Amino acid sequence: MSTVTNTIFSPELAARFDHLVTIYPVKRSALVPMLLYAQDEIGYVSDAAVSEIAVRIGINDLEVRNVLSYYSMLRTKPAGKYNVQVCTNISCMLRGGYGILDHCKKTLGIGHKETTADGTFSLEEVECIGACCWAPAMQVNYDFHDGLTPEKVDVVLQQYRDGQGKDVK
Amino acid sequence: MADVTLIVDGKQITAPAGTLLIEACKSAGIEIPAFCYYPGLSLQAACRMCVVRIEKQPKLATACTTTIAEGMVVQTETPEIAQARKATLQLLLGNHPLDCPVCDAGGECELQDMTFKYGAAESFYAEPKNHREEQKWSPVVYFDRPRCILCYRCVRMCGEGMDVFALGIQNRGSSAVIAPNVPAQLSPDDLAHVDCEQCGMCIDACPVGALTSGTYRYKTRPWEMNHVATVCTHCGDGCKTTLGVRSTSDGSEIVRGDNRDKSGINNDFLCNKGRYAFDFANHEDRITQPLVRQANGELKPVSWEIALDHVGKKLRELRDTRGGKSIGVIGGNRLTNEEAYLLQKFARTVLHTNNIDHHRTADYVAFAQSLAGHGERTASLHDTLKAPAVLIVGGDPTVQSPATAWNLRTNVRLNRAKLYIANAAEIKLRRQAKAFLQLAPFGYNALAAYLAGDEAAALSATSDTAALSSFRDAVKAEENLLILIGSELRGAELKKLIDFGLTIPGAKFALLSDYVNSRGAADMGLLPDMLPGYTPVGATSPMATEYAGPNALGLDMLEMFDSADRGNLSALYVVGANPVARYSIDPATLKNTFVVVQEMFLTETAALADVVLPAANLYEKAGSVTNSYGDLQQVSKAGDRAGVRTDFEMIVRVADKIGANMQSLVPFGKGLRADMGQTRGVQSGEADRHAVWLTANNMEPRLSPFDSFAILDEIQRLVPGYNILRLQLLSGNDQHLSPAATPLVQISNRRDLVVPANDTLFTSGTLGRYSTMLCDLQQNEILRASNLTQIQTAAD
Ligand code: SF4
Ligand code: SF4
Ligand code: SF4
Ligand code: FES
Ligand code: FES
Repeated sequence: MSTVTNTIFSPELAARFDHLVTIYPVKRSALVPMLLYAQDEIGYVSDAAVSEIAVRIGINDLEVRNVLSYYSMLRTKPAGKYNVQVCTNISCMLRGGYGILDHCKKTLGIGHKETTADGTFSLEEVECIGACCWAPAMQVNYDFHDGLTPEKVDVVLQQYRDGQGKDVK
Repeated sequence: MADVTLIVDGKQITAPAGTLLIEACKSAGIEIPAFCYYPGLSLQAACRMCVVRIEKQPKLATACTTTIAEGMVVQTETPEIAQARKATLQLLLGNHPLDCPVCDAGGECELQDMTFKYGAAESFYAEPKNHREEQKWSPVVYFDRPRCILCYRCVRMCGEGMDVFALGIQNRGSSAVIAPNVPAQLSPDDLAHVDCEQCGMCIDACPVGALTSGTYRYKTRPWEMNHVATVCTHCGDGCKTTLGVRSTSDGSEIVRGDNRDKSGINNDFLCNKGRYAFDFANHEDRITQPLVRQANGELKPVSWEIALDHVGKKLRELRDTRGGKSIGVIGGNRLTNEEAYLLQKFARTVLHTNNIDHHRTADYVAFAQSLAGHGERTASLHDTLKAPAVLIVGGDPTVQSPATAWNLRTNVRLNRAKLYIANAAEIKLRRQAKAFLQLAPFGYNALAAYLAGDEAAALSATSDTAALSSFRDAVKAEENLLILIGSELRGAELKKLIDFGLTIPGAKFALLSDYVNSRGAADMGLLPDMLPGYTPVGATSPMATEYAGPNALGLDMLEMFDSADRGNLSALYVVGANPVARYSIDPATLKNTFVVVQEMFLTETAALADVVLPAANLYEKAGSVTNSYGDLQQVSKAGDRAGVRTDFEMIVRVADKIGANMQSLVPFGKGLRADMGQTRGVQSGEADRHAVWLTANNMEPRLSPFDSFAILDEIQRLVPGYNILRLQLLSGNDQHLSPAATPLVQISNRRDLVVPANDTLFTSGTLGRYSTMLCDLQQNEILRASNLTQIQTAAD
């Protein structure tokens, strides 16, 4: 059991990690879920998180970074409070996904992988998020918004601005 | 394993079951191109260059991952395959820069060769290339991202081969990139670096010019060098290395060290010292003129004639007035066997003294005597790669004998060899060990006693006596055990350990020492009490009858300096050694001694000398050396420097000036009517081959007193255990020799005087101080270490 003293994570998450490394035949299999949960808690995968996860799994930092950098949904820099992920993959593209992306860029005043000055929003162009039937779609943190039009996007964004969205990343 | 027969390109070939198709083809002389495949490392199948057509399989298959099967029918070169390979190349070239004209790998690049062969000239890729600046990861490792073809060889080499894991792969797709283990954001200079052993194995494995070496990059082109195969001058493993040399205005300069043909005792391996630490030859402090101390106390450059006259006259005078007993001789650990042999012969027969010693880094006398009569029980370096079980007592091979450590790791990885380690420190190889026994500090003697049956010694050996007893039982249950012994064990304790080992069927032994010819120095009798081949001084032996040397034992290293202190040492002749620094000798000790030093630099010892003779280093001479294991190899002359002389030549000339009988010192001049190849028409290379033939037939000419082969003849004739196979030696192969000592001397009465060199991966005795690259690497380590503490404090 690889418990870590002075953990940087919350007691709940630390306990979850303690358990996670015990349930796979090889500890390494816990790596991706751990990275994801760490990001959910901290907002991104920090260097400290990398080191602690490496210790927990018994690999070196470099090996964690190798995996971390492979997945575009894992971040190593903080995102905005609300991370807007606009799909431009094939179904969405055919149904105006790029228009939605451009609209977001214009209204938020930021580009791909950028964050607004007040830290409220960040924007990402992403591949298929599995909402093709209701394309064009976007995901804000873990919430889906589909059948989008620029007008609908404005409404959605305003909801978040007004603090009515969930702050779970 | 049983053999499997298959048909490749219409030809029937046979190979053991389990062989990879690519290897089976290689053995049959059919080359299959491969970028990611590297023998001995895990399979990656990342490049698709090795695709072949296997009958009854729907798609092209990768030969690097296919194991052969009975009746398999394979095509390795068809238009279809050529097209597939060409497409692979086109993809690789899509983002490859066109900098072959300046790339280090140009001319020996696997990508270039394949593009030449398959002609993927036109590019379908119109987007701009994804350029990134070259990065300096360490003083010796540079990375040029755009040249990388993502074959993962470096990643596997560093992880599996070196057990360092300093390289990884990050991002994916076309942005995938090889990344070192210190990322830019954690580095004080905001640049990425490797924190590693700096071996350069990643560079060696890289099929293209993406990883380049700090010593060689942008210096020259491969075809502008000559390549000389010789032996690394650093540790006791004695790796074969190929030095790339090119002419300069005052000689020839070594620009590269690598492992070009991988034909040597070290197979694939070279550590950073073998690869980079040849630059001492060009150090600005190098002495290139003889220096003689003047009446005013200054060392002044003089001609060779004046210097040698002076040395000869003084030594003769001191010998004749104060006796040979008043003269001391100290030899080095990086001399060739021929030089070491000649030096002791010169001391004994010309100076009439047995006061001769060298810096001993392992107790080879006790080793040879303990194994007297068990010649077949000495191990070769090759055994570290094959032995089914290995016991390592003491030492730290990763640092002190990197090639040994490489072989052991490979053996564990590929053959599941069992490693048993007993050490007072947590040495890195324990990570591969089946059992690691933590000894108490200085617990080695107690361990030897315990293994020899003294149960009471257990508590002084280790605090964990239960582990100790199971460790002993496990070791005793092994067969064909290879026992590697560090310099911690000496004299009677070394004998105890060997006696214990001799009870294990098929066990073999090696005693690890610190420099390229430490073993040779002992074998060749640079010892006050032993003639070459561990023949005790004063005993009757064929050698003793030829030597008119004194019968009394000589003074050892420390006794010589004691004698100097008392004013009794009239002269000291030092060849390639720095005892003043090594044994912290007070300079005043030597004030009444006439000191002659053959050296490359004004070392602490040379600075006290009355005469300094500028010496060539091991890379600038020819001869033979014997590694820790007793494997003999040939040393060839690669570099050259105007003004310096080999130690061999200097000893001969000094002897001549003393008035010695040259024919009896160096038996030359037997073959004046030699055929030098004229009868066969000498062309390039022909003379060399002819020399091999002459040698093999014992007809080589010995025309000159500077011909070290004349001494090799004598070594072969007189030194027990040195039954050399000439053809083997001259064709650049290694051969294992076993000492054949007579167990006459009471081991316990003898001072072993072993002082381990304690070199790290980045030091190499006095010589290492003059290697700019080693100094840079030490600096780099210090920076790394201090950064690490910074990072840690920041995190706390
Ligand atoms: S120099 Fe050696 S230890 Fe360093 S990264 Fe390359 S292979 Fe690894
Ligand atoms: S740096 Fe060289 S060895 Fe490493 S992946 Fe790239 S091409 Fe292969
Ligand atoms: S392991 Fe020893 S002999 Fe081999 S390259 Fe390194 S220092 Fe030289
Ligand atoms: S393509 Fe956009 S959700 Fe699938
Ligand atoms: S060599 Fe077989 S896929 Fe690379």
